[in-house]
Parts: sequence; structure tokens; C-alpha cells
Amino acid sequence: MASILEVNSLSKHYQTTIAVDNVSFQINKGQCFGMLGPNGAGKTTTIEIMEGITEPTSGKVLYKGNALGQLFRTQCGIQFQHTSLQEFLTVRETLKLFAGLYPESSDLNELIKRCNLESFLDSDNRKLSGGQRQRMLLAIALINNPEIVFLDEPTTGLDPQARHNFWDLIKSILSHGTTVILTTHYMEEAAELCDEIVIMDHGRIIAQGAPSELLQQHFSERLVRIPENVLSAAQIEALKQQHPSLNKNALFQHSLYQKDDWIEISTNDVNQTMKYLLNAGIDLSFLQIRQHNLEDLFLELTGKDLRI
Amino acid sequence: MKRFLAILHARNLEFIRDRAALSWGLIFPTALMMGFALVFSNGDQERYKVGIAGEFNHPFLQSQYIKFIPVENLEKAIIKVERHQLDLLIASDKLRYWVNSSSPGGYITEQLLKASGGEVLKVNEVSGKEIRYIDWLIPGVLGMNMMFSALFGIGFVIVRYRKNGVLKRLRGTPLSATEFLMAQIFSRLLLIIFVSVIVYIGCDLILDFSMYGSYINLFLVFAIGSLAMISLGLLIASRLKSDELAAGLTNAISIPMMLLSGVWFSLEGSPQWILFISNLLPLTHVVDASRAIMLEGAGIIDVSHHILIMLLMMLFFLFLGVKLFRWE
Repeated sequence: MASILEVNSLSKHYQTTIAVDNVSFQINKGQCFGMLGPNGAGKTTTIEIMEGITEPTSGKVLYKGNALGQLFRTQCGIQFQHTSLQEFLTVRETLKLFAGLYPESSDLNELIKRCNLESFLDSDNRKLSGGQRQRMLLAIALINNPEIVFLDEPTTGLDPQARHNFWDLIKSILSHGTTVILTTHYMEEAAELCDEIVIMDHGRIIAQGAPSELLQQHFSERLVRIPENVLSAAQIEALKQQHPSLNKNALFQHSLYQKDDWIEISTNDVNQTMKYLLNAGIDLSFLQIRQHNLEDLFLELTGKDLRI
Repeated sequence: MKRFLAILHARNLEFIRDRAALSWGLIFPTALMMGFALVFSNGDQERYKVGIAGEFNHPFLQSQYIKFIPVENLEKAIIKVERHQLDLLIASDKLRYWVNSSSPGGYITEQLLKASGGEVLKVNEVSGKEIRYIDWLIPGVLGMNMMFSALFGIGFVIVRYRKNGVLKRLRGTPLSATEFLMAQIFSRLLLIIFVSVIVYIGCDLILDFSMYGSYINLFLVFAIGSLAMISLGLLIASRLKSDELAAGLTNAISIPMMLLSGVWFSLEGSPQWILFISNLLPLTHVVDASRAIMLEGAGIIDVSHHILIMLLMMLFFLFLGVKLFRWE
């Protein structure tokens, strides 16, 4: 597949900090490309350099092989993390304003329908709910029928229902063949939408690939979870002793995490683990078994909780 | 052009719907002018003024409550009689005096002159409407109001747009800085013209002030003057991100401009350096030119130097403003 956007050795230095440190990647046409990382990881700076809003200290961004110029401006759509719009305008007037800024705009009626704006078309911009506002900002980002759309944390602060609605919208954009670049705090969002992700921390890319590939690379184990309150201190201690670094003759290979009142056992052999737990007389009524998700990967790679 | 019109339309809507700002834009200048009209409505001349050209020995000079003013240029002095700025004008060498038949002060001083019993002088009657302080003030206050609207209106809007991210959003579109700025300038110009016309008509209905010149010339002077001052506002706002700094800077420019442009009092006879500074201020040229048109009926040629200077200032501010402009 041909790459539509190319990021070459991008760096951005501020007086005392390095926000982006020699970052390179390519984004293919029609792809949903996710950028993940904790706050301050450099996601927004990177995406704003890719949007041509911020000048990099060094490095280049190429759109269809050329430096960002008027062609890029007319073919890209942007939704910033924080955007204010002109005051005293209604949603409809704001859409018309932005439609007027492009040589060609998409069919407004269709866009309004697609983004579910009908019910608040004549409300003042400033009187929208969080979900309505994000849908309008997305409509603005799509107003020129863009080939590439940048969404910077589009679902932050939305309730779960609004977030799922928004995901459906993004999927419909992707189904039209539009390239989507997305930054997010939410691992499930990246897992749900993205074909490829980069995980950033301290301005660098620390992992890159398809979400499923990354999980396979980093975790072959399953996660067995038991509520902490069904275990005695001695049982927890005994479980810890099964770690291969502590006990060469451990019954099974596993790592142990204590997280949010749960004991999590990461294991290659679920059968062995279950046997051990049964023999140890542990109550398995509330036991859960799941695969590692991006959240675990993120934790493993950055050592940070995502939303911190 | 399409992009320019889109921004222009949005900005106009924004302003028309911002009721508070719109009514302030209309109420403030009108109230100001009414206030002045009230203060100066009675007795702006405490005593009678008689102009004397040449050496004059006459018992009339002994009269009390009359200020005798030596006159050098007879023609200008005659105009002052027409405008009620002098009650009487005496040219001793010609044994003549000039009086305005419609001026009460002229009538009284003429009677005093006749009653003083000296040499009999020939009378020349002139006519013309009185020029009150308020007539003199109107062009100044209109100009000042334009200045405030231009500097605060455009500067604050752009700084606010920059601060809250509207500019950043617009930057993500094909809109160029020049297109954006031209739309802002044009929108503000339309607004200033709209407000000024309403204030002008409203004040004229109540105060019935003097207008001897052509409305087209006056419009031209006000429009070019506004453009020069809007461009100055743009230059101030070209980079600032803090509205407090923008407010401080705008005040630092607008208040001296209000005082040194001859809005409230004539700067005639001020030290040379004050006149020099005054001439660097666009408002000075707006006020001088509009006063000349309104009070003296000056034509476009008479005020062409003011127009030229305002155009040059506009180009200079505009060039710098566009060059320095930052979206963020």
C-alpha cells in the first residue's frame, strides 16, 4: 500500500524540554493510525507537526511525497484537542463558514445526517453538550471531503455511550477509504479502531505495529485474575514464591501483579495454574481468565497508568 | 474571495448578535456627545469679543465686559464674525465694522459702539450660523469614537481568537493570513461606518451641528482614517496572546492619541514637539480634515495632505501587521 503521510526524523525542542525526539513512521492510505501515550508523551506535539500547525525543530513531514502545502490544506481535515469556534454562530452557520473556506465542500445535508447534527443545528455553538460538540467538530473536520483526517483525543471526556457513537462515526469515515490519524488515552479505542498504533513516551516511539501483533510479541500468556479478598496473606505469599526468579523449581512460569484489589497471574499454562490454585484450596468462584490487552502492554512498556 | 466572504459574514454575524458590544458601540458616543451638549449649552462665551484691526482710538474701547482682540488677518476675522466667534470686527483704517445680523452678541456690541459717541463707522453686515464648541467638538468625538472602535475592536477580537484557539482552527484550513486579516478589517470598517452614521444622524437631530462641506468628502476622510486606525489595531494584535497586555498596549496608544490629536481642545500654540508627535497620530489627521470639511467647507484638495498621510500610515501599519502576524 502506498504511504500517504511520511514522518521523517521529527524532533521538537522547547527551551528546557524535548517534546518529540527523532520520531519516524509512515501512514498508509485508508489506514486508521493510532498514537498512544500518557499525558506529556509528545502525541499532541507530533500530531500538530503532522498537521502543519507546529514547526518542527528538525525533520520533515511529507504528504503524498511533498512538503505540506496548499494541496495538503485542502485535502486534510483536523479536529484539535481544544478548539473554540466563533461566538454567536449556530452550528449550521459554523458549518457554512468552514465550507466557505474550501474550494469544494461535501454535501452539507449528508454530513449533517452522517454526524447526527439535526437536533441541534440551530443552537449556538457554545450551548452544545460534550458529545454534540465533538460531533460538530468532526463534521467540520470532514467538511472538505478530506483524504486524511487528524483527530486529537476526540473522545476524551465523553460518556461511554457518546464514545461508542463516535466510534461508529469514525468507522463510517474509514469505510469511505479516508485515512484517519488518531491520538487517544483509551486502549480499547485503539484496539477497536486502529490498524496500526505507535506507543509514545518521553517524545519517543517505544512500540509500533498492529495491536494484535504487538500483543502477540509481548504476551503469549493468559491472565488469571482472583479478587484479593478471597485470598489469605499466606496464600498470596505462597503464590509469590512460585515466581521463577524466586523458586527454581516453581510449579509453573508466571508473573504476579496486584492491581485494583485483584491478584493477576500471568501464565503460559492455564491448566497448571488452575491445578495449583485448586490444590491450594483457593476459592475460584470469582475467578476470571482473560487475554492481555493494550492496557497491559502499555503498562509494561511505560510503567505508567494510562490516564495519569 | 470566497474565503474572505465566509470570514467576513461570520464576523459580522458575531458582532450583530453580540448585543452588549453593539449597544455599547452606539450608546457610548451618543451619550458622550449629549453630555457635552448639556455642559456647553448655555453661556460658552462669558463676555463679548470684538476684533480690532489696526490702531484704534475710540471711546468704545472703554466699554466694560468686552474683550478686545487684536486682529492681523482681516479675511479670517470676517469668517469668525460669520461663525459668531467674534461679535464685532472693527477695521480702524477703513472706518468700517462687521457685524452678524443673526448674532445677539453682535446686536448688543453694535448698540454699545453706537452709544459710545465716538467717530461713526460704516456697517458691513454678514450672516452665518454660530459655531459653538459643540460644532467644533463633533468631528473630534466622531473621530475619537472611530479610533476606540478600531483599536479595541480589532485588537481584542484577534487576541481573543488567538488565545482561545479560533485562529489555530482556521489555520488548519486553506485560509491565508492576508485573507483573514482583510476580512477582519473590512468587517470592522463596515461596523464603524454603520455606527458613525447613526451617531452622526442622531446627534444632528438633537444638536443641529454645522456641516458646511460635502458629505462625500467627509465620508472619504472618515473611511480612510478608520482604515489607518484599524490597521494600527491590527499591528498591535499581530502577535500578542495575552488580552491584558493587549489592553495595556491599546490604552497606552489610544489615550495619548485622544489627548494629543486635538479632539477636546485646539493644539494651536502648543510646543513644537507636541505638534510633532500629534502629526504622527492618525487621529490628528482625521480630526483636522473632518473639522476643515465640516466647519470651513473645505474641499478634497484642501485636505488632500491629510488623506495622503492617512493612506501612507495605513499602508505602513498594514504591511508591518501582516508581516508580523502569527496564528499562534
